[in-house]
Amino acid sequence: MRKVAIVGVGETKFSGPQMRTSVELFAEAAAEALAGSNLKPKDIQALFLGNALGDFAEGQGSVQAFAAENIGCFNIPANRYEGACASASMAIRDAWMWVASGFYDIVLAGGVERAATMGTPLATRTFAMFSDSRYEFATGLTFPAVFAMLAHLYAAKYNIPLPRLKEQLAAVSVQSYKYGMFNAKAHLRKEVDMAAVLSSFMVSTPLQLHDCCPFSDGAAALVVASEEVAWKLTSKPVFIVGVGQASNGPMASQQEFLPRLRARELSAERAYDMAGLKPNDIDICELHDCFSIASLISAEGLGFFDYGTSGEAWLKGEADIGGKIAINLSGGLKAKGHPIGATGAGQVYEIVKQFREEVEPERQVEGARTGLTDTLGGDGCTLVNIILQRGW
Amino acid sequence: MAYKLTYQEYSEALKQQKLLGLKCRSCGAVTVPPKMVCRRCASPELEVVALKGSGRIQTFTTCNVAPEGREDEVPYIVVLVELEEGPWLMGRLVGMAPEKATMEALIGKSVKMTKTGVFPGDKYSAGEGASPTFMLAK
Ligand SMILES: [Zn+2]
Repeated sequence: MRKVAIVGVGETKFSGPQMRTSVELFAEAAAEALAGSNLKPKDIQALFLGNALGDFAEGQGSVQAFAAENIGCFNIPANRYEGACASASMAIRDAWMWVASGFYDIVLAGGVERAATMGTPLATRTFAMFSDSRYEFATGLTFPAVFAMLAHLYAAKYNIPLPRLKEQLAAVSVQSYKYGMFNAKAHLRKEVDMAAVLSSFMVSTPLQLHDCCPFSDGAAALVVASEEVAWKLTSKPVFIVGVGQASNGPMASQQEFLPRLRARELSAERAYDMAGLKPNDIDICELHDCFSIASLISAEGLGFFDYGTSGEAWLKGEADIGGKIAINLSGGLKAKGHPIGATGAGQVYEIVKQFREEVEPERQVEGARTGLTDTLGGDGCTLVNIILQRGW
Repeated sequence: MAYKLTYQEYSEALKQQKLLGLKCRSCGAVTVPPKMVCRRCASPELEVVALKGSGRIQTFTTCNVAPEGREDEVPYIVVLVELEEGPWLMGRLVGMAPEKATMEALIGKSVKMTKTGVFPGDKYSAGEGASPTFMLAK
């Protein structure tokens, strides 16, 4: 297997409902990634594109083919990836695989989504399609309900009084808003304090509005190339040094393993093993905080904190710059936003920009060399982790 | 290989308030809802068994925001129940006012199956869907 690098990255602003089409949104992100890689559309050998719900958002299936032609990548193989919120990370992992194998030298990967365009009722319905449609949706299960049940389970399993857990969860959201406010690409740019989180609308007990990420529109793209090609295109390649992916069936099938998510722990282990790294080697992490409780479960599953302790870690600043691990300096899904098919590519975009010291000074980590992305699809049905290292 | 218990067979029984599962001839584990193989050891040597439909609540939530088309149902309580036979099963909890659904009132509490609720279906759902419906025991 060859070493594989990310050469250039691009991203739209993540936002509420857009008047631009998915094809147009992806074009903006792709153009930025191509320009940053000193490449022309004709240099791209394949497009791997995450898109979960385009069929529902704008009646567009097979968006990858239209997206490829629209940007001038005529007739190249184009694949669409659907792994719910992990779609783009699946696409990036496959791009890594095809380049590492030697079959391609240069692949464009990314994702696009218009989740906000759907509006809350349809988005709530379609997001619920990522739970088991036969055996679990009939109960009325929604996405917030999945994580709400995990929150109650987390409190019970780790013996944390619910009011204390609620404060821990609020601290997660407050930190995400704090960084999203400075991120020019973020969907929600406002300061939100703990009192505001705890007094917001109750979506699904115990999760309130500010515990939940928004539905967002947006796109992100990156150029993935072999090491040899990468050094010709940029002086700042970011190497993909570890990838992991795993799957899982219906939520209830994980049984007593919950509130941990088995697929994440398997996926992360694969990524760490491939990279030859351990959790304490990671400087920055973009993890899947679709809900505040998801951050705690993720940070523990990724090995940053002991089970049941990460909420206190957030309250103490251990998940912040200067703490044990700097998490979600982009604002995370909570504040940066969650255009689900693009989210994983947006996480990689953030890590690359951090390494290159090109983010706003208020949220820049100095000297970060190793980063991890964590993207969760559905209620744990698809998990992807990617470990990145700066190449210079 | 014969498929032991299909979605349709399971659902038709559930609508009659009968909970069917699959008992593994290799390891003894019970699988519900049905799969092609045992949830624990992946053996296809399974037999259909009737389950008691009772267990303990492991977790729950009261939903205040519904998927499109199900707005009339809110607020409602979704639960994960550990059945007496071992598996965890997702269902709806009825017979309790949603504002009384607290951790203290529910987690670890015994439940039994009651009249099965049936989601009539929408344009995406390929028909109706029966869901296990529980109430607190006694
Ligand atoms: Zn078995």
